[in-house]
Amino acid sequence: MKSRILSRIFTTDHRQLGILYLCLALAAAIVGTVLSLMMRIHRVWPNMMVPGVGLVKPENYLAMVTMHGTLMVFFVLLIAPQAGFANLVLPEQIGARRMAFPRINAASFWISVVAFLVLISGAHIKGGSAISGWSSYPPLSALPAAGPGQGLGMDLWLISIGIFCVASWLSAVNMLATILGERRAGMTWSRLPMTVWGWLVTSILSLLIFAVLLAAAVLLFSDRHFGSSFFIPVGDMIDGRVVGHGDGSPLLWLHLFWFFGHPGTYLAVLPGMGLATSLFANFTRRRVAGYRVMAGGLVAIGGLGLLVWGHHMFVSGMNPWAGTAFALTTMAIAVPSTIEVIGWLATLWGGGFRLKTPMLFALGFLSFFIVGGLSGPILAQPALDAYLHNTFFVVAHFHMVMGLAGVFTVFAGVYYWFPLMTGRMMNETLGKLHFWISLIGAYGTFFPMYFAGLAGEPRHYDRLAGPATSFPSLVPLERGITYSAGLLAGAQLLFLWNVFVSARRGMVAEPNPWQASTLEWANGAAYGRIESGPYEYELPAGAEGFHPQWEPAAKEE
Amino acid sequence: MPATFTRNPVEIERKDPGTGGKPPLDRRPTGGGGEGDNWGDHPEGHHGPRELLIRYRLGVIFALAGDLMFFVALVSAFFVRQSTGHFDVHDNFINDWRPLAVPTILWLNTAVLLLSGVTMELARRHLFREVDVMDEWLGLGRPAVKRAAPWLAATLVLGLAFLAGQWIAWEQLVHEGYRFMSNDPSSHFFYLITGIHGLHLIFGIFALIGALIGLFTLKKVEYRQVAVDCTAWYWHTMSLFWVFLFVLLEFFQ
Amino acid sequence: MPPDGSLRGAVVDRLMFWNLIAICIIAVVAHLWLIFAVLRRRSAGRGFPVLIRWGLVGAFCVMYTWMALTAQRVWAASRFTGPSLTAMHVEVVGEQFQWYFRYPGPDATFGATRPQLVNAAAGNPLGLDPKDTRGADDVVSSVLVLPAGREVDLQLRSLDVIHGFFIPGMRIKENTVPGLVLHLHFTPEKPGTYPILCSQVCGMGHGRMQARLMVLAPADYTVWLDQRERTRQQAEGE
Repeated sequence: MKSRILSRIFTTDHRQLGILYLCLALAAAIVGTVLSLMMRIHRVWPNMMVPGVGLVKPENYLAMVTMHGTLMVFFVLLIAPQAGFANLVLPEQIGARRMAFPRINAASFWISVVAFLVLISGAHIKGGSAISGWSSYPPLSALPAAGPGQGLGMDLWLISIGIFCVASWLSAVNMLATILGERRAGMTWSRLPMTVWGWLVTSILSLLIFAVLLAAAVLLFSDRHFGSSFFIPVGDMIDGRVVGHGDGSPLLWLHLFWFFGHPGTYLAVLPGMGLATSLFANFTRRRVAGYRVMAGGLVAIGGLGLLVWGHHMFVSGMNPWAGTAFALTTMAIAVPSTIEVIGWLATLWGGGFRLKTPMLFALGFLSFFIVGGLSGPILAQPALDAYLHNTFFVVAHFHMVMGLAGVFTVFAGVYYWFPLMTGRMMNETLGKLHFWISLIGAYGTFFPMYFAGLAGEPRHYDRLAGPATSFPSLVPLERGITYSAGLLAGAQLLFLWNVFVSARRGMVAEPNPWQASTLEWANGAAYGRIESGPYEYELPAGAEGFHPQWEPAAKEE
Repeated sequence: MPATFTRNPVEIERKDPGTGGKPPLDRRPTGGGGEGDNWGDHPEGHHGPRELLIRYRLGVIFALAGDLMFFVALVSAFFVRQSTGHFDVHDNFINDWRPLAVPTILWLNTAVLLLSGVTMELARRHLFREVDVMDEWLGLGRPAVKRAAPWLAATLVLGLAFLAGQWIAWEQLVHEGYRFMSNDPSSHFFYLITGIHGLHLIFGIFALIGALIGLFTLKKVEYRQVAVDCTAWYWHTMSLFWVFLFVLLEFFQ
Repeated sequence: MPPDGSLRGAVVDRLMFWNLIAICIIAVVAHLWLIFAVLRRRSAGRGFPVLIRWGLVGAFCVMYTWMALTAQRVWAASRFTGPSLTAMHVEVVGEQFQWYFRYPGPDATFGATRPQLVNAAAGNPLGLDPKDTRGADDVVSSVLVLPAGREVDLQLRSLDVIHGFFIPGMRIKENTVPGLVLHLHFTPEKPGTYPILCSQVCGMGHGRMQARLMVLAPADYTVWLDQRERTRQQAEGE
């Protein structure tokens, strides 16, 4: 009995690991959501005692912001869409029995868990967690005396992120080796499901960027403890003491961090984009409109994504000529994104599709991607970003594309692949309710933030006070946002209930409940060489017939 | 059959020995394998030694790609730090980078590391010699291992010598007053760069030890090939990185 | 957006306005398409015409190019060239959690500062070096007062961590980075009071790090500056 538990914990089976990763992401999401609710409550009712914290002081608020961002970006969005879902279905989708390196895969999971535990331990130590935001600009993050939580709290943050980088690197190595080396005979590049393209691009990006973040973290740690000055300029003062003794450059951190950080945001959405394509094909019962174009779009977004990091730095003191260069590359990345969106809209054009819950969430993803994505070209223009940088406009933008579009693809994936995880279906009614309430709550929460940003409201303010004359007029807006956030968070309880109850008592799923054509639904059918594409859904109206990828080539009609 | 073996003209003409199962030989110039090589009649189609080697090589190459980016980030920080300065009260541009004179033992260390690369490659090639591999595959002793093991051991010794030399260099610098925790950015970088490279080389030492042990304990010839081949790729890459880093430290300060 | 009080701000506002109109229209059209597709009965067609797809993509490319070029012109106008030679100079220094503004005085030169001399309690928050005579006439203020209609070149510095100097009403923002002296120039036009906010998280007082820009008619500005000079001289005399 004991060895069975141990073997379940230390499993190398990729499907079990996928579920474990999703559980880790869920834990992080719950903590992150609770933190965001505390932040929202504090912004509207600053003197309210928050359970577990008491009166929220400015440093508490900033610690919440930092932890919220770090948890949601790293432990939810850089885990669930990639390691979570890929471990669930990637080997099956390419016709392999298992991942290339199952033990490295398992190690990567446990290392991520260690990173998570190190991160949240920061909340319980003296001084609290780091307060410098998820992007940790030095010298604030380099000088322990610069604020509460910047001592041991910042060290723990750095160590956690460093460990996470190692875990992601291992995971990317495994995934790439699997995609490149373990494909079944006949699984050519143009027969890959779009999700695999998403994972391919994210793995390549991961390899390139996490190492840079790790290097930056090592340098920052050295500045904090080994007397170096990579980021601390000469003459830098803190608390009345001069501490800077070498010609460090804070801008160097910005370059290194954002070289990681921007492609990092694409890591969060690319797998979901691939999944959306798959779901649209599945539920419209049509082939993808322009498979090669869509796959090429994902690759282009990934590649260009490595060249745009300076758009976080237009007003950071960087050379304005460099600003122009980054503005051009950033505007260029709008093109493949537009191609993807038009591709999806074209796939949907034919109409008459089944509105099951996974499809609803894919449609929700598309809506958020459009609304959030369109605010991107605005931020890509330095002249406009000079006003909007670090205001709530940016907060609205990235929450829409990552927090909402990205998370909706995670929901879509969970509803879609639930039968593979548990053999049962999730409740459709609850799922639809979850979708609609989340959609309304999400728009209610994040769309008004665009207006707050246009009014000039900066980020990271723990309360709206002071001579900024536009602030009092924003209070009703903030209140509305907080109520919507509560609604949004509440809707997730429906989701959690659905997950846990359906896992035990849900309707038993038939072998291929969504009548999907991709290989993970083959359900143990023995098949040989792959001879057809991933989305061969027939077009005849009302027909149930379609050509799954595991069957031999269809005869010409 | 992995393609990197030395072609012996006699072997190309050799007939199928008929001992059951396919011999690890392929007459195609690229060595064959890949799709369609249906070893053991597995439905998925992949199961041969070549696939195994490709899988592990891919893993090592991707891991090294990530590692390369780590060094790239450090090197770019190196260049940025070298050129940053500040304006003092008299509007003079002050740059506090004092180029560090690299201890001359590093030249010797570099030569030792390059030599170890040669021995490593010799070891690797011995493990792919067609005649010997064929013997091992048929269970007729371990001639490839016998030829490769001494070279692998030589690589290990040379690797340890390199690390010892690096340590001596560190001692020299400390003796001259350039400690890691000092204010001096160029010494900081020296320790950081050589230290991180040295750490990677320690991992390489462990890999070499593991490969040596594996040569005598692993049951199948293809596993032995993978062990030595991957270690070799890692070792060569670390040597290459070292050449770049050394040139950086010596000539680009 | 808060009312714009600067000379070039209207250009930014127009750019913002047209951009927002464009993306709002596109977002609405895309959602109408989406809703139509959802409600539509299944069509037997071959799918969406390729020509129209690529035509749309092309149209978007044109729009993106237009956006990039128009914005680039505004950016270049404000950032690629320096201030005019007749611009006045004011130094802005950010410190946890306060903005200081320094005027160079009649000699139009800033005196040297040393971080070791920073002592806000003793009245020397910027660390002015008493040995440097150029700094003897510098006026330090916690309110930024500027005359309307005159171009000003702001010299941005920070003593400790990265702060963000943001005046929404003037449509300007730039980080203040320790170790760097950054320049930002603009021309305030409309008299009034404009909030100055910190836009880069700098520690627990980040939300409180606010100041005011007061734009005065030129005559009123001269009066203010003379008054500050007199106060400073009196303080020195004592």
